[in-house]
Amino acid sequence: MGWIEENMKFTNVRKILSQAISLGMVVSLALMMWKGLTCITGSQSPVVVVLSGSMEPGFQRGDILFLYINKNPIRTGQIVVFNDGRDIPIVHRVIEVHEHEDTKEVDILTKGDANEDDDRMLYASNHDWLQQKYIMGRAVGFLPYVGWFTIIMSEKPILKYILVGGLGLLVLTSKE
Amino acid sequence: MHSFGYRLNGLLTFAVTILALMCVITSLSDNFNTPSPSAEIKITNINWFQKQPQGHDEVSLTMNVSADLQSLFTWNTKQIFIFVAAEYETLKNSLNEVSLWDAIIPAKEHAKFWIHTSNKYRFVDQGNNLRGKKFNLTMHWHVMPKTGKMSADKIVLTGYSLPEEYR
Repeated sequence: MGWIEENMKFTNVRKILSQAISLGMVVSLALMMWKGLTCITGSQSPVVVVLSGSMEPGFQRGDILFLYINKNPIRTGQIVVFNDGRDIPIVHRVIEVHEHEDTKEVDILTKGDANEDDDRMLYASNHDWLQQKYIMGRAVGFLPYVGWFTIIMSEKPILKYILVGGLGLLVLTSKE
Repeated sequence: MHSFGYRLNGLLTFAVTILALMCVITSLSDNFNTPSPSAEIKITNINWFQKQPQGHDEVSLTMNVSADLQSLFTWNTKQIFIFVAAEYETLKNSLNEVSLWDAIIPAKEHAKFWIHTSNKYRFVDQGNNLRGKKFNLTMHWHVMPKTGKMSADKIVLTGYSLPEEYR
């Protein structure tokens, strides 16, 4: 158990502070990259994880989608991520678009590829159509399986604590 | 500096970086494909054409759809999602796009096909503007890759029109 005693002898405040600063820099760098991605793609959450099987077989649960949004109008066939006040956003395909002559606003109807019915039942109670403002982004790219990490983390929160705890322990006991 | 932990960390970082690079290159390889798809749609019958109780026009039609989309498939293609949409203009709406039928093509062998079908999804207008309406039928396809960038395009076929009277 000699190594525990050696660590206990470390009361050098400077060392601890510099470790804390390194940790802080890593966290800030990750945050900067995330926010930068938000700016470039124009979407609040530029990367989403597919949570349901409603777009199978194209998108399975656990896949990652890259989003991008610009001022181009929404048209049928585009795969969009929308949130009209729900807990989690939905990734489905646009199957109907009606663009109003006067306001240039669009009424949108979506449907999951694997679903029988369109999404009208899912929309917030007061509207039959989605508006462009509820669309968070269009899916432009795709990576399979990578999202399982996030799904496992959110469905078994104990794993999150184990991971953070383990990382913290690793930082504290590293000899540099 | 040479502990198991450091070596594992270095190895994992390297593996993940290489994997990410491979995904990017795979996706870029799709750009070398020059597709030449073709499609033909013929409306064989207008089954019925009514004004619904809520006041909106609805049409039911049967069509023959034939297409050859084999050139769109690459080694990185997981599936192609195709759909046929009706595009038309009304007084109130500068554009209406209504999807009538869709299908998933899982492999290149199935990408050359002919199908006789009625519209899978209801062709309903936001009003009653469909009598005598001229419209386009578009064949859209959405290439979904095994990894990377998705792409989509369409063929627009013009010259279709609906009957002048309800039936």
